[in-house]
Amino acid sequence: MNQLGFPILSLITYLPLVGAFIVATLSGDDEKVAGKARCIAFIFSIVVLALGVFVWTQFNPAIAGYQFVEAVPWLSGINVEYSMGVDGISLFLILLTLLLTPIAILASHGIKTRARSFFAAMLLLETMTVGMFAATDFVLFYIFFEAVLLPMYLIIGVWGGERRVYAAVKFFVFTLAGSLFMLLALVWIWRHLGTTNIAVMTHSHISPEAQTWLFLAFLAAFGVKAAVWPLHTWLPDAYGEAPIPGTIMLAAVLSKMGAYGFLRFALPMLPNASAMFEPLMFVLGVVAVIYISYVALAQTDMKRMIAYSSVAHMGVIIIGLFTFTVEGIEGALFQMLSHGLVIAGLFICAGIITARGETLTLRNLGSLAINMPVFAAALLFFTLANMGLPGTSGFIGEILVIVGALKVNFWVSLLGGAGMVLGVTYSLVLVRAVLFEKYARPELSRLKDLTGREYAMLVPLAVLVMWLGVYPSSFTHAFDAPIAAMVQAHTAALNPHIALAMVTAK
Amino acid sequence: MTDFYALLPSLVLGVGGMVLLLGGVLNKKTDTTPAVTFGAVVLLLIAALLNLTAPDGMLFHGLFTTSLFTRFADTLVYIGAIAALILSVDFNKREKIARFEYPILVLFAVLGMIAMISASDMMSLYLGFELQSLALYICAALARDNLRSTEAGLKYFVLGALASGLLVYGISLVYGFAGTTSFTALANVFQKGADTGTIAGVVFVLVGLAFKVSAAPFHMWAPDVYEGAPTSVTALFATAPKAAAMALFLSVMAGPFGHLTDQWEMLIQIIAVLSMVIGGLAAIGQNNIKRLLAYSSISHMGYALMGLAVGTVNGIQASLAYIAIYVVMSFGAFACVVAMRRNGKAVENIDDLAGLSSERPGFAFAFAVFMWSMAGIPPLAGFFAKLYVFATALNAGYDTLTIIGIIVSVISAFYYLRVIKVMYFDRGEPQFDRTSAGAGFVMVIGALATIFFVVVPGPLMAVAGEAAKALMG
Repeated sequence: MNQLGFPILSLITYLPLVGAFIVATLSGDDEKVAGKARCIAFIFSIVVLALGVFVWTQFNPAIAGYQFVEAVPWLSGINVEYSMGVDGISLFLILLTLLLTPIAILASHGIKTRARSFFAAMLLLETMTVGMFAATDFVLFYIFFEAVLLPMYLIIGVWGGERRVYAAVKFFVFTLAGSLFMLLALVWIWRHLGTTNIAVMTHSHISPEAQTWLFLAFLAAFGVKAAVWPLHTWLPDAYGEAPIPGTIMLAAVLSKMGAYGFLRFALPMLPNASAMFEPLMFVLGVVAVIYISYVALAQTDMKRMIAYSSVAHMGVIIIGLFTFTVEGIEGALFQMLSHGLVIAGLFICAGIITARGETLTLRNLGSLAINMPVFAAALLFFTLANMGLPGTSGFIGEILVIVGALKVNFWVSLLGGAGMVLGVTYSLVLVRAVLFEKYARPELSRLKDLTGREYAMLVPLAVLVMWLGVYPSSFTHAFDAPIAAMVQAHTAALNPHIALAMVTAK
Repeated sequence: MTDFYALLPSLVLGVGGMVLLLGGVLNKKTDTTPAVTFGAVVLLLIAALLNLTAPDGMLFHGLFTTSLFTRFADTLVYIGAIAALILSVDFNKREKIARFEYPILVLFAVLGMIAMISASDMMSLYLGFELQSLALYICAALARDNLRSTEAGLKYFVLGALASGLLVYGISLVYGFAGTTSFTALANVFQKGADTGTIAGVVFVLVGLAFKVSAAPFHMWAPDVYEGAPTSVTALFATAPKAAAMALFLSVMAGPFGHLTDQWEMLIQIIAVLSMVIGGLAAIGQNNIKRLLAYSSISHMGYALMGLAVGTVNGIQASLAYIAIYVVMSFGAFACVVAMRRNGKAVENIDDLAGLSSERPGFAFAFAVFMWSMAGIPPLAGFFAKLYVFATALNAGYDTLTIIGIIVSVISAFYYLRVIKVMYFDRGEPQFDRTSAGAGFVMVIGALATIFFVVVPGPLMAVAGEAAKALMG
């Protein structure tokens, strides 16, 4: 079966589902159930995190293909297998999900109404997300990809802010419409290649004309999920209206699903179309970086400002992916991890303010640094990481992307890099408005500094941000092999004579 | 003796129904409805079990056939009828329409459905068709003091009679030009092709059948009848007769008319597309949950017919699997509708569901599961039903049909989503009456089957595949 002789990936995927079931069947009065449900959900998410770390320790970074593979016949008659596996690309995205779920559960302290359903939905979300990253069959991937919508729709719509219904429906309709195109692409590929196994699909040849259409279909599906400009308009509403734990999962994990889709499907399967659409993707990425940074600057609400900064960072990731250089793609992947951690930290900071009964309108905040020094340090730290300060994870990702882009196109590199400068502007505006005395009100001086629970959320994130920033190779060495293989295959697909030369040289 | 064993389920239903009828008529002192309903459920269960072990073969010199295909469709009919009867016990009592005739009518309707599924001759087909239709017309008008229910019954009867007329006219044309009514003989005759008169006959038969499965453009009756009939009866309409008529559709098109694929293929495609589109778009404007489900069932029939349009064994397999999953989702959804009662009165508007998820999380969750499944959102059963249909259609080269299907299914996701939105996001206090044990039971069974289908899709698909092979030979 695999090196452990045990379906560990399925265990990681479905253990939260068991937790969700237990949480959903709790009974008792609301107050007690809320605490119990949170506790059970937290324990389950910690256990799967431990299992995930165990997988990491057993992971062999030298192998480019899938590891811990599981395969069972599943849909009879149409030849679909239930198959799972991880490689260097999906490993850390799974770990990111596993890490952020318990943190998001800790951040759900304020959820008092219908707590059972909420924690069940969170665990369900974890199952669906992990399953999606671990799936190595396109049908299975599609199922998880779509199923993520169900818990998220409820999380936004039931526990969200004032315009929650609008935000939830917009989120659902945008993503569903995008996925429709992916389903069309899926059935097309299925019919023409006769398989839905991702590894086999990656090594099959698809005619360049068909690739163009398939790429557009993938762009619709993954572009919506990754909030590529101009498909991002659902994002500020969803991020803004979702409850803080929902926002953390959306921004840190769900937005990565789209980028992961590009990396897993669009790039390796459609090399010609990817090369053809490279300029378009660069333009979209650069517009996201520059234009959205300005939009972020104009926001008056802390959550929405962070949300737009997230869209801008997704632009950097898109640029990195489409450079087709090892540096660029590694930078994009690194940026995905880094952005996941940093944005989670920022939204937790926003949650800390709302937990103290304050609004997130920047005009009503200020001078928090006086009474909440530790909070101020944390917010400042994550903001600096967000703008890519050397020594933090954000720097490594962005510098790799810029280096990768420089190999391809100077202007893309320059304009993409401009994002770092623009990031500084809105980040500083944010920090000044929240922490320093621009809009100080007397009520704000009564706010207390961080509690133990809030330390437990922020410290692991901060430590990881530093770890990624100071010693990135403990992560990058795992994705060297698959990404090198991907870039090589891409070059070979575009230049058949080079491929032939490589084969003969071997 | 083989004949006798194959006939046993029908005998149990027929004779048992008579006995129950006598019992109900003779006993005037006490209310016999619960006992008769219980008896009918037991008879259906016995028939269902006997049906599972029934041998293959011909009955009455080729008037009826039994095969894995008929047993598969029969089982779906039994499941639908049993679920509808369980739902009717409490609902009919609360609506004060609990008459002991209802379960007996259901038994006779089921007998008719069994007959028409197993029919292998145009005459026996028509016999079964009429037996089930007449029983169902009366069921629709069960609440005879209620204007809407009687209207539904009358409308169903008039339009149903018209459809029967078209069907029998088509049969007469086919008989006139082919000289036989036996399915096998017809198939032999049509091997050499068919002339215009026969084609006209086939078209009339097809229209009659399309009416029964309420496929567009012959669907007009469905929303009114679904809305007017008592909910317990609507639950029956949406499950057992749909499965039976669909099975009949498949067996007629693949059997006697199997060699005329070129002639009817286009018609089935048109009907499938129209059903999907009209069912999907018309449902958006509905506020009554029963009308919404009526339109939804029209569009589901369109998806199921897509499998037939493909015309291969895989296509029939996909259709059969679709119907099976549809039956489960439908009785589940109707169990939810049956449970929508406030202050002793049935409520049917979608807005009445507002706030349900805070008050009755389990109920709301089950309803949401059925809605999501009908919308075809993975990992629920409805997604796989659609996936199989789309995959086979695409593999057979029906690209346009598949693309239309996928687009419509996304559009129709919108109105299913609205039900969930109302239940989960809107504030309100539905204060529904306590759900009866029967409705709760049906709801739970339906929800579990819908959710856990993803874990073991194999058996159903394998059986559907074998049944399709049995039909196509």
